[in-house]
Amino acid sequence: MAQSGKIDPMHQFAIEPLFGTDHLSIGGFNIAFTNSALYMVAAAVVLWIFVVGGMKRELVPGRWQMAVEYMTGFIKSLLIANVGEGGKKYIPYVFSLFMFILLANLLGLLPLGLVGLHPFTFTSHFTATGVLAIMSFSIVLAVGFYKHGFHFFSLFVPHGTPLPMIPVIFPIELISFMVRPFSLGLRLFVAMTAGHVLLKVLAGFVINASNAGVGYGLTVGSASFILMIGISALEVLVAVIQAYVFALLTSVYINDAENLH
Amino acid sequence: MPQIAQIAETYSSQIFWLLLTFGFVFFVIGLGMVPKVQATADARDAKITGDLDAAKAAFARADEAEADYRARDAANRAAAQATLAKAKAEAAKASEVRLAAADAEIAGQIGAAEARIKAASDAALAEIETVAADAARDMVARISGVDASDEAARNAVKAALAHG
Repeated sequence: MAQSGKIDPMHQFAIEPLFGTDHLSIGGFNIAFTNSALYMVAAAVVLWIFVVGGMKRELVPGRWQMAVEYMTGFIKSLLIANVGEGGKKYIPYVFSLFMFILLANLLGLLPLGLVGLHPFTFTSHFTATGVLAIMSFSIVLAVGFYKHGFHFFSLFVPHGTPLPMIPVIFPIELISFMVRPFSLGLRLFVAMTAGHVLLKVLAGFVINASNAGVGYGLTVGSASFILMIGISALEVLVAVIQAYVFALLTSVYINDAENLH
Repeated sequence: MPQIAQIAETYSSQIFWLLLTFGFVFFVIGLGMVPKVQATADARDAKITGDLDAAKAAFARADEAEADYRARDAANRAAAQATLAKAKAEAAKASEVRLAAADAEIAGQIGAAEARIKAASDAALAEIETVAADAARDMVARISGVDASDEAARNAVKAALAHG
């Protein structure tokens, strides 16, 4: 890839330790403070600032408080729609998950390259999305077994399954259940990676075409640039949708654990 | 693909910092702040619902008061009409009694007056008979020189009066 005009669309995903913390470790595991970790901290801090702005607790809310209450209300209605009244106790988790992923996606899309910084989207790393997916899946398992005990296994036998079909259905349902954390984590990782690669490839077209001559620059370069504008808008949409999908699927899975069909 | 190429040296750092930051987000923001935000929104919803209910209740009370007022008004009207009808009936009865009394009195007076008139006219008639008989006797005496008896004159006058 290094040959393609010296622009490597995958370089944006490279993790680099910052501030000389390369060898920071706990129990033999490296915990260097990387650019990825920096964006995780940024997402957490921005989210904290956002929610703090909505903590005025006024009866007649201002704009900021309205925005924060809109987000919590959105998660609340999502959980009530998918889980029912029992879903309210998951608001803190699903809200944290949704807002954290949303801000990670959006912060990674900021055009910080213009001021010389390197934007990084940690949701384009399956090490990060995988942890989030496993967390959601663990909550489903914990709630399911805590609430229903071994009866939770009846989740894998859909209601009304004929008895001779159970030996066949059970493994299929079990596998589709076990695939959930992978589909949850990989979906976000793939969507974010693909979008960012596409943007970088198109940006590479613009730069390489412009370098190749005025004719190429005006035809291929400007066409790619116009396409980039549209795809950038699409990426903002994808950033929101993927965060929503993650939260939605988490609440759907929680519903299985909470209500067990 | 750095995600795969770098996984061996970065996975522990990624997981560590993700758990740390998401832990902060979940415990501080999710558990610490979101319920307060939600409580504010819920309190507002509750207040709005409460106010609406109070307004509805007030409406219901107003309707009730109006219905009550209407019922009392109707009752008062009915009572007033009944009193009026009773007063009218009493007044009509009283005036009837007085009218009857007045009628009776008037009838008495008329009867008495008629009797007086009859007596007066009888007296006048009797006087006319006597005067006519005298006049007839005078006329007979003057014309024929015969002195007609009082009896005959009187009968002749009576006959003439009956025919006249």
